[in-house]
Amino acid sequence: MASASPLIRLEGLSVSFDGVRVLHGVDLDIGRGGTLGLVGESGSGKSVTWLAALGLLPGKARIEGRALLDGEDLIAASDRRLDAVRGGRIAMIFQDPASALNPVLTIRRQIGEALALHRGLSGRAVGAEAKRLLDLVGIPDAERRLSAYPHEFSGGQNQRVMIAMALAGQPDLLVADEPTTALDVTIQAQILDLLDSVRRETGMALVLISHDLGVVSQTCDRVAVMYAGRIVEEGPSSRLFADPAHPYTRGLIGALPPLDGSRRRLVSIAGTVPDPRDPPPGCAFAPRCLHSDRRCTGDVPQIEPIEADRRMACVLAVHRRSEIAARAGREHTTAETVAP
Amino acid sequence: MLRFFSLRVFRALLTVTLVVTFAFVVLRMSADPALIILGPEAPPEVIAAFRKSWGLDEPIWVQYVDYVAAIFRGELGRSMRDGRPAIELVAERIPATLALTLPALALKIAIGIPAGIWASLHRGTFVDRTVMAAAVAGFTVPSFVLGLVLVLIFSVQLGWLPSGGQDTWIHAILPIVTMGVGGAAVLARFTRSAMLEVLGQPYMRTASAKGLPWARAIRDHALPNAAIPTVTIVGFMVGTLIAGAVVVESVFSWPGVGRLLVVAVSNRDLAVVQCILLLVAATMVLSNLMVDFLYGFLDPRLAAGARAGGH
Ligand SMILES: Nc1ncnc2c1ncn2[C@@H]1O[C@H](COP(=O)(O)OP(=O)(O)OP(=O)(O)O)[C@@H](O)[C@H]1O
Ligand SMILES: [Mg+2]
Repeated sequence: MASASPLIRLEGLSVSFDGVRVLHGVDLDIGRGGTLGLVGESGSGKSVTWLAALGLLPGKARIEGRALLDGEDLIAASDRRLDAVRGGRIAMIFQDPASALNPVLTIRRQIGEALALHRGLSGRAVGAEAKRLLDLVGIPDAERRLSAYPHEFSGGQNQRVMIAMALAGQPDLLVADEPTTALDVTIQAQILDLLDSVRRETGMALVLISHDLGVVSQTCDRVAVMYAGRIVEEGPSSRLFADPAHPYTRGLIGALPPLDGSRRRLVSIAGTVPDPRDPPPGCAFAPRCLHSDRRCTGDVPQIEPIEADRRMACVLAVHRRSEIAARAGREHTTAETVAP
Repeated sequence: MLRFFSLRVFRALLTVTLVVTFAFVVLRMSADPALIILGPEAPPEVIAAFRKSWGLDEPIWVQYVDYVAAIFRGELGRSMRDGRPAIELVAERIPATLALTLPALALKIAIGIPAGIWASLHRGTFVDRTVMAAAVAGFTVPSFVLGLVLVLIFSVQLGWLPSGGQDTWIHAILPIVTMGVGGAAVLARFTRSAMLEVLGQPYMRTASAKGLPWARAIRDHALPNAAIPTVTIVGFMVGTLIAGAVVVESVFSWPGVGRLLVVAVSNRDLAVVQCILLLVAATMVLSNLMVDFLYGFLDPRLAAGARAGGH
């Protein structure tokens, strides 16, 4: 919980489909210009969190909790109000850019819509601004490409077009939902670089959703790790990455190839994500956890601070806190003994 | 583009040839036109003379070759009944048929497409179930049954509308409604599923995510995509404008091409039957070409494919 008045604050955000709860009270703050990585295995609720906040889930979804944008609750907002927020204050881009763009409309038209809706542009100004945006996201020959259709672009270029479309409304927050998963490895890095550079240029906040902790830790200041519809650990990415607290986060990092490129064997976490229709008692990760004991099948652990700026949801939190306190104490005493 | 079209035309010609040949063989083998037209009591010399004058005494393959050769000379033959050119007989029936099928097509489109869109936008609700139940009923009931039921209700019971004949536009109402209902049902179901498919596509979520109001997302993003498969069905319906009224014309004794066909078949009046078949095939081929053209217009991906195919 970084700043006093966050740009957006999710409070107890919960989602159920047909009586099955898939999101269990997510709390999250994102400050102005902040960058948050949201990681977790497939089905952990990363997409649903942001689709719920923006009112983009199908009608059968039941949503509880609040999503406060500068204090205004989006969950309770009218459709009209949401239309102004979507694309105007919070933009979202998706995993498969080829199917996320309308195949029968030109790029100019699809970017132009956002310009007309949120910037009030019309006529020639639309074309000029759309061209500027295409230039910005690195599409060559922008003038001519404006009248092309999505099938005439490569996957990476389509994602660039999606980013241009998202930038059209000059949003305060861009939610990028696995923007590179569908792309070639070489293109992935380019798109991440692009997101990073437009973020720096525009000063907007960024939520980067990914399976991949490695991707996120390079781009984002903070990371939240989700498991089975809950945030299980959250904190600054450098510390979370160097010293993961939650056993699940440790498992995720163990599953990463090391950055120095040395050939360590990849250890993936044994077992599978629980079915939301049939959750295990207590901590959802317990059945796969190397540290689980009797306490883990009792109450679901709530997310709580473990040190300044870091939270986790695990029975080990208590040990973790004392461990950190002890370490701080040791450092303190060492400093004292050396000092005189 | 040229190759694309010449392939289409070649396929169309092949279809027409098969249909015409098949009809020729079946009609010739199943009964003797001379006996049917002159009647069983006609003296043998008369029958022999009739056969000779129409070439019916030749082997069937000679007749077939003559027939095809004539078509290539642009002669579609004469009716064995009254000796008039078959094309003339058929041509004078076309307006009557179109007077039913064109309004029926308009009715199908005007009811079927909006109903399908409406149902898709209210998926799973009472509205949707009602529209779909009506559609299932509409296309399960055969048109001759529906025609008879409508006659029973509106002509016999209520006495509001005539049950047959062609004197005024009022006579056309029941046949048009009979044809329109089935087609509207087919179109409604088809449009609904095309719309549901489109509404589930990621680009619809993108449209909402950029702040487009839902109604505009439907109009600008969903409808143009759903139009692509729907055009196929409408094109098919256009292809049946000439021949699609056979049953309804018979039920309502409407003097159109369909009735002529029924009479010509039972008389084994070959030239007339073949002339109608050629006309029907030509309509279908034309409507197919029209659909292809519309595809290119509606779907930029296909337009590119057709262009690429031309190189
Ligand atoms: N429209 C829906 N109807 C029913 N269940 C849904 C729907 N959308 C998501 N879910 C369920 O919600 C849970 C969370 O899904 P979500 O898409 O948020 O996962 P995710 O973390 O984004 O995974 P991925 O990495 O695969 O994108 C899953 O169990 C999923 O089956
Ligand atoms: Mg997802």
